[in-house]
Amino acid sequence: MQQSNRLRPFFENITFDREDNELVLNFGPQHPSAHGQLRLMLHLQQEQITKAHPDIGYLHRGMEKMAENMIYNEFMPTTDRMDYIASSSNNYGFALAVEKLIGLDVPRRAKVIRMLLLEVNRLMSHLFWLATTALDIGAMTVFLYAFREREYLMDLVEDYCGARLTHAAIRIGGVPLDLPDNFMADLRKFLDKLPENIKDYEDLLDKNRVWLMRMENVGVISKEMALSWGCSGIMLRASGVEWDIRKEEPYELYDEVEFNVPVSDKGDNYARYKLYMAEMRESAKILYQVIDMYEGTSTELMAHAPQYISAPKLDIMTQNYALMQHFVLVTQGMRPPVGEVYIPTESPKGELGYYINSQGGPYPYRLKLRAPSFWHTGILTDLLPGHYIPDVVSIIGTTNIVFGEVDR
Amino acid sequence: MRAYTPKDDVQKKSYYTDRFWVAPQVAKSEVSDDAVFAADLAAIKAKFDVLDAYIQVEQMVVVINANDNYSVLEFLKNECEYTQLSEMSAIDWLATEGKFEIFYQMLSMAKRKRVRIKCKIDEKEAIQSVEKLFRSADWSEREMYDMFGVVVNNHPFMKRILMPEDWEGFPLRKTYPLQGDEFAAWYEVDKIFGKEAREIIGPENRDPARIDRYDTQRFSRLGHEVPFGTDISQGEPDTPLVYQEKEGVFMVEKFDAEKSVVISDRQR
Repeated sequence: MQQSNRLRPFFENITFDREDNELVLNFGPQHPSAHGQLRLMLHLQQEQITKAHPDIGYLHRGMEKMAENMIYNEFMPTTDRMDYIASSSNNYGFALAVEKLIGLDVPRRAKVIRMLLLEVNRLMSHLFWLATTALDIGAMTVFLYAFREREYLMDLVEDYCGARLTHAAIRIGGVPLDLPDNFMADLRKFLDKLPENIKDYEDLLDKNRVWLMRMENVGVISKEMALSWGCSGIMLRASGVEWDIRKEEPYELYDEVEFNVPVSDKGDNYARYKLYMAEMRESAKILYQVIDMYEGTSTELMAHAPQYISAPKLDIMTQNYALMQHFVLVTQGMRPPVGEVYIPTESPKGELGYYINSQGGPYPYRLKLRAPSFWHTGILTDLLPGHYIPDVVSIIGTTNIVFGEVDR
Repeated sequence: MRAYTPKDDVQKKSYYTDRFWVAPQVAKSEVSDDAVFAADLAAIKAKFDVLDAYIQVEQMVVVINANDNYSVLEFLKNECEYTQLSEMSAIDWLATEGKFEIFYQMLSMAKRKRVRIKCKIDEKEAIQSVEKLFRSADWSEREMYDMFGVVVNNHPFMKRILMPEDWEGFPLRKTYPLQGDEFAAWYEVDKIFGKEAREIIGPENRDPARIDRYDTQRFSRLGHEVPFGTDISQGEPDTPLVYQEKEGVFMVEKFDAEKSVVISDRQR
């Protein structure tokens, strides 16, 4: 409290009663390298962090609450806003969870298109990660190159669904559209060039002295720590745990394609960077295989389940009963059976899970979004102490957190 | 007469349900159908009370007593190789049974199996923290407290995580309306100007994103520009708009649609 009889400077927010040299630094929430609205309270001893306290919630929109007040199809575009860097993978996770709840099987062509979208999204996300992380560390060139490639992929997705960022390109029970004519040719053209592009990035970064100093042996996550913090995706695989949901609990057509799961036991930033590069190559490999699967599939795009899924547009326009069913499904919504599911998928960021508790109504009784970035932000509490201020930026970069997903 | 709306669950309800509608069930199967799950369940049963257990959509669900939660999870982690707690949260059953249901979603990478441990607690009851076993529970439990008001004992930092610390009410409870309650509606006004400012600001002005179409000081009106601060509530003066001199401006070239090139095929 201020004492008026003593001449001392008085500052409202700062107390000078600390004896030690500790400085509390407020990082964010509007920091350009915080990748969104992350606020970090860093306790510093000189430049070394002794305590880190991530503060989140600046982008909280209450998606779980919204889901409880929406019919299932209505919620689909909302999922786009979670991990908005790779929004189709969010759509897919939700669609898959509801399909498992209903017990639907999706036509093969829809599966192929979904696989294409998922892997294109993974590439988009990884390129975006590379671009922004490189920019944070100072490699402007890589940022421009990676964004150029990402732009091609966004154009591709735009050709498919009309949207570039928030795709809403997947429906419960299938996909809404068939691929446009030039899609495969364009994709192939892109994929043929991708190895060169990745090599360019690697030439720029792999042995770059600045890059190595910022990445090697910085932000080391041990295996135990990664497991205990619920890490998933590359955060887990960089720490020596070979676990990729696409491989271990295959969904869609992942059991039919051949790909490797790159793993590293280093656990540092550099290991994560290498895994991102390796995963891009694997995604390209998967895409080549999926392109070949498309030929010869029947033209059905949505599952046939009149109780849950509207009939194709042609039927709605020509058949009375299909129109009635469609009307009921649009106005009242589908009513999945009573029960609960937790369905994990491997999104570009990690394990993206949807827990749905249905009580037989058109609105989910409870929907929990398990977003990988939430725990990848939480781990900063334990990861940052001992590091120096400049490391914070590179560590946040390689955790690849997206705040639409952290705060939901 | 006004239609009755239940106060203990204000979430959206279906406006029409057929009177003969019977909701189907997601199939549950016996735990004995799966050898791995059966072995795990037998191991749990030997040490703890199991109220119910079944397999639903390829995952085992085990219902236990709420006060066993720490020891069961410890047992699963150390003895049964369930090394990751991928998710945990609560479900609000206050309207029907006055209880919260807590679920822990466990993953065993060695066995490639997922188990969901569930338990129920009363509204005012607290639950034991599992943060010592799984650090991931640190944030999940905070989120659960934030959203449902379920207090977690022995948690190192039991504070709200997503909502502001001075928030009142628990957003994911069924009693909490989607649009928020009165506190939520006035939160920013109360915080910035104080409660007494509510009258002055009024409910129609509390939305910071609100657009006043007659406000010519803070809003520009593209295509309908008027001088700054003009009162246009009684109709507006006609402002002739000329953006560029007829002869053109020095150094500025006018856009010529004839000469422009449209790139039809982007190079991929």
